[in-house]
Amino acid sequence: MALLLEFLTTLKNTVIDVLPILSIILGFQLLVIRKPIPHIKQVGFGFIYVLIGLALFLLGLEKALFPLGKMMAKQLTAPEFIHAGEQVLTNVHWSDYTWVYIFAAAIGFSTTIAEPSLIAVAIKAEEVSGGAINANNLRISVAIGVAIGIALGSYRIVVGHPIHYYIISGYVVVVIQTFFCPKLIVPLAYDSGGVTTSTVTVPLVAALGLGLASTIPGRSPLIDGFGLIAFASLFPIIAVMAYAQLTQAKARQAERYGEKRKRIKINKRSLQPKKQESSKNPIQDKKNR
Amino acid sequence: MNRQFLVFLKALLGSCKDLLPIILVIAFFQFAVLQQPMPNIGDILVGLALVVLGLTFFIYGLEMGLFPIGESMAQAFAKKGSISWLLTFAFCLGFGTTVAEPALIAVAKEAASVAASGGIISDTLAAQLSYANGLRFTVAFAVGLAIVIGVLRVIRGWPIQYLILGGYVLVVLMTMIAPHWIIGIAYDSGGVTTSTITVPLVTALGVGLASAIKGRNPMIDGFGLIALASLTPMIFVMIYGMVIS
Repeated sequence: MALLLEFLTTLKNTVIDVLPILSIILGFQLLVIRKPIPHIKQVGFGFIYVLIGLALFLLGLEKALFPLGKMMAKQLTAPEFIHAGEQVLTNVHWSDYTWVYIFAAAIGFSTTIAEPSLIAVAIKAEEVSGGAINANNLRISVAIGVAIGIALGSYRIVVGHPIHYYIISGYVVVVIQTFFCPKLIVPLAYDSGGVTTSTVTVPLVAALGLGLASTIPGRSPLIDGFGLIAFASLFPIIAVMAYAQLTQAKARQAERYGEKRKRIKINKRSLQPKKQESSKNPIQDKKNR
Repeated sequence: MNRQFLVFLKALLGSCKDLLPIILVIAFFQFAVLQQPMPNIGDILVGLALVVLGLTFFIYGLEMGLFPIGESMAQAFAKKGSISWLLTFAFCLGFGTTVAEPALIAVAKEAASVAASGGIISDTLAAQLSYANGLRFTVAFAVGLAIVIGVLRVIRGWPIQYLILGGYVLVVLMTMIAPHWIIGIAYDSGGVTTSTITVPLVTALGVGLASAIKGRNPMIDGFGLIALASLTPMIFVMIYGMVIS
């Protein structure tokens, strides 16, 4: 019963959050476009499903994952765990926090895989690209990016470097990659930076940052606690472009290998070469077209 | 009905798979690293079941409701051919979805207490509230503007790289002149603006627009709206910081 009540409260809050979006859509649909919404029944049901789903999801997070994740972040950053009973903390060495970095990477990866907005974008990308971009591979690359980003961000909090050096060098890497990366993936890669940090990732990551910044001497939780989210939205861009570059390189290699084999065949049997082998990589394929 | 149930079951299985990494990570750290028993396991199992069910419903409804409405509106606007209405819609969508975003409200409140303890604004509740609200409206305005620029980009077919790179240059320049206490908040505000409902809608809008306009590739031109929406808030929050001090 209490659970049901909690669910209804969460549902009410979700509806309130969605209300401005809904009113904008309806307002423009009725006043500007002035046409009935196509498949109104289906769309309406879809909206209701989204609301129920989001409310259930948030309630489940609140009940199970957030308390656990926050508690673990606190325990892992607690001085008792790291310094094993040493009471006086004078200077910290970054390598004392190895478990924190591993936890940061692991939680970054796993929360990103479960992130609903990323799932949405990945589904759309697979649909639009006609399957050339695999939704699961895209999500895994983004998750790897987030994992690296959050681990590096925690390292930054431990050593206390200013954030903008990291972010600006990240930008430089993004710019360089943009020039060498298949053009088809660039907008999607940029987008994947923004979508990673929403419902699941932000609260857990914020707890980690806060826990770190409040236990390390000389760090202020208010100033150093911020910034992890920025890391988590920069590194997926790099990871997705790297993924595209890797598949492109692999396709080129496969092509070269294919040509070699063809040549051997021709030499051996002196036959006409068969129909040219198509490229293994659809991204590359599309680009050539 | 039976077939629909099968589809639902398949989606449920997919959600379980999506959640598996989190469960593994938490179990590993709890038992192997921290070596502690799991506290109130019953609550956690119920919560996990809710998360799986919620994710399934969300994705199910996404493809039924959110994606179609985003695309049909984009197509309707393209057919109507009125750019000014389309841009108004884009701004409203960006502004309206961001100003009410719970994550942003939380971050703005926290930022206000940072500013108060740092002596940037006076340590009264009213001052903090006005600071937090200012931050919120700044970010919402920035997102609205970003969607407008993004839609304009889809219509004109500008390559996204130049816009983003230009934005990066602006961010770097602003970082040099903005007060240092705003920088962390500004960088983070880019990430928190895009919520779970906004992202599918905006993506569908971009892709729908790019497929409705002749000569645009939905893959190259349709994506990129969210990237802009997470870039402009950084710039505008830094401007806000400069204005305040």
